[in-house]
Amino acid sequence: MTQNKIEDVMEVCLLAGKLMLENGAETYRVEDTITRLAKNYGMSAAQVFVTPTAIILSLFEKGRTMDYTKIVRIVDRSTDLHVVVLVNDLSRKVASESLSLETARKELKKIEKTPEAYSAWVQILAAILVSGCFALMFQGSWSDFMPAMVAGGAGYTVFLAVKRYISVRFFSELLAAFVIGLVAKVAITTGVGSQLDKIIIGAVMPLVPGVLITNAVRDLMAGHLVSGISLGAEAMLTAFAIGTGIAFVIVTL
Amino acid sequence: MHIFEAIWTSFIASAGFGILFNVPKKAVIPGGICGMIGWLIYEGMSGNNQFDLVLATALASFVVATISHLYARMYRMPVIIFSVSGIIPLVPGGGAYDTMRQLVENDYNEAIQLGSQTFLISGAIAFGLVLAGTILPIILRSTRTVK
Repeated sequence: MTQNKIEDVMEVCLLAGKLMLENGAETYRVEDTITRLAKNYGMSAAQVFVTPTAIILSLFEKGRTMDYTKIVRIVDRSTDLHVVVLVNDLSRKVASESLSLETARKELKKIEKTPEAYSAWVQILAAILVSGCFALMFQGSWSDFMPAMVAGGAGYTVFLAVKRYISVRFFSELLAAFVIGLVAKVAITTGVGSQLDKIIIGAVMPLVPGVLITNAVRDLMAGHLVSGISLGAEAMLTAFAIGTGIAFVIVTL
Repeated sequence: MHIFEAIWTSFIASAGFGILFNVPKKAVIPGGICGMIGWLIYEGMSGNNQFDLVLATALASFVVATISHLYARMYRMPVIIFSVSGIIPLVPGGGAYDTMRQLVENDYNEAIQLGSQTFLISGAIAFGLVLAGTILPIILRSTRTVK
């Protein structure tokens, strides 16, 4: 095996970790992938510390006197599991086919540029279906099915649109929840829907940070205390934003 | 809830969530199936208040995680791809909403009660996931060595 330069190994490891973390992989998976990549490229030791906002990686190579350490900041986080699968496949390929460092770097750069797996329209359609089904699952009646679909679709459209143009965090959730509350209220007053609560719960589901909450508890159980607490805080704030949006409609109108 | 209705609503809801989370196309249907099975277990156990909600959630999420592990092996993808859409029906979104609503209406007692239940349920989901994540590899490894 040719000798890999420690700087290049560092770059590939951090790029892989950054892509995974930005797109919703679990903390342990990111740490796992990074250490495995580093070992495969001939590093004798790798220490990695992953939090939702930063990755710190320290590599050690035989024959050196000092560790080589670098930190990378994670600013945006979303859920695009398609990318996680691609990076995971790549790290598996590195282990099984001993992919060269340069090819791995090129592949990662290519993954970085891949668009989301589904277009915004497909996602909105999915949100519409999800909202309607959840309204039924939470014991809503059939008359709540349509209003929930409309509210959920409108809410998710607003969510995507606002997120694209305004970069203030939690603002898109707040506005989307407000629209959902508004549509649900209109549906009740015009007599189309029967239960306000069921319509709102169904329509709000595509925005609810349920996975974030669960991942937070899971990280805490696995001993990743820092990321567990910070993910939990993010989930709380998101839930609070949604609650505020809904509450504004319920209380004022 | 009618069983047939439960089957198709939970399937569509979980598969739709897979699309919202951008899972690869061939993982959408398996994710829907995971969610459906989890919801049927949850509904079956908690339906007539036979079992505690937390217990029902823990068991359902354990089963969902088990199926996700098997799917992950089959499709050679990370477990989270399948478990994320699978646990969505169990996630206490309704509980979180009710909590917020009570808070807004200044009913703090009710809010704390609902809030702690929501927290326990999300703990139960995580517990099921972690349990399956630790037990399954051990079982799979032991069957491989037996062969």
